[in-house]
Amino acid sequence: MNNFKILLNGIIKENPTFVLLLGMCPTLGTTSSAINGMSMGLATTAVLIFSNFLISLIKNLIPDMVRIPSYIVVIASLVTILQMVLQAYVPDVYDTLGLFIPLIVVNCIILGRAEAFAAKNGPIPSIFDGIGIGLGFTLGLTTLGAVREFLGSGKIFNFEIFPESYGMLVFVLAPGAFLALGYLIAIVNKLKA
Amino acid sequence: MAFILIFITAIFVNNVVLSQFLGICPFLGVSKKIETASGMGAAVAFVLTIATIVTYLLQKFVLDAFGLQYLQTIAFILVIAALVQMVEIILKKVSPALYQSLGVFLPLITTNCCILGVAIIVAQGTYATYGIEPNLLTGIVYAFSTAIGFALAMVIFAGIREQLDLVEVPAGMKGTAIALVSAGLLAMAFMGFSGVDGGLKVLFGL
Repeated sequence: MNNFKILLNGIIKENPTFVLLLGMCPTLGTTSSAINGMSMGLATTAVLIFSNFLISLIKNLIPDMVRIPSYIVVIASLVTILQMVLQAYVPDVYDTLGLFIPLIVVNCIILGRAEAFAAKNGPIPSIFDGIGIGLGFTLGLTTLGAVREFLGSGKIFNFEIFPESYGMLVFVLAPGAFLALGYLIAIVNKLKA
Repeated sequence: MAFILIFITAIFVNNVVLSQFLGICPFLGVSKKIETASGMGAAVAFVLTIATIVTYLLQKFVLDAFGLQYLQTIAFILVIAALVQMVEIILKKVSPALYQSLGVFLPLITTNCCILGVAIIVAQGTYATYGIEPNLLTGIVYAFSTAIGFALAMVIFAGIREQLDLVEVPAGMKGTAIALVSAGLLAMAFMGFSGVDGGLKVLFGL
């Protein structure tokens, strides 16, 4: 499989949000607007690329027994670095995402890709897998965020389409996250069939 | 009185699954039957309470004391992973009956984000509104109430899904899609509790 195919596989065929249904907590928790969803997606992508790369480099040094704990330490260190970088350079994003930044550690996508892809492939394909899955996740979160923002407050990326007073506030609140994702998955299922 | 306020707020008003979006994976993954859902709920309640006590003490006496706050994420996840393993071993020895019923769910708990999430919330003290003081005791009450809220949401949702199996669902909506929509309706029902915390605060004179 060439690198381009690996990239597309992550974005379309194994899209983490709509097909694999992984990483549901940040998917639902941070998508109150398109921009929030996109920042969460990109933050996760950054961690995913580096964790895939590092794990594929050190995979032969780690004994099989302590594989998972070692991966978790690598991922947790990367998340800590990301947390510091976000806090220093984009404090707004750091404040909006809040608790969900440290929770990237327990995002099943990252550990899942480490185990399913990076532990079996070389560094370069692993980076492409990280980019592909990461962009697929970002795409899913941005779409969900855009849908919720549009229905909830009449805007997409803060660009007003209809007045906010006509919006259905429930889509910005918690129940709207479940409803919007449920219907988006139904649409994806319909398109696949 | 403050404890009752924390208890009710954490279970109904700010339900961990339905309004804070923590622990969605087990909420969607192991909620097909009421028995497995309540087993998972009990296992989470058990681990969450212990993990909160340990991580709180770690934060206060190691990380804060030596200025190592930046190690919080790494330290907490390692403690939680080790703790889950330990609980599993001890439970197997001490109470085989309980191990039999919780056993399968224990390894899954390490990657349940509500454990790490609640540990961080308690360590930061952000749960402490309405003049409740963030300390070990209120932290434990908060963690336990959150776990009860998780178990409650799991069991109600499993009940809904058992009923869903008996009805005709449009082809595209089968599986996760209909589950998410029902979870949305359940979340909407829980939204009805918003404001109860403010009322209780007035009632208790806090």
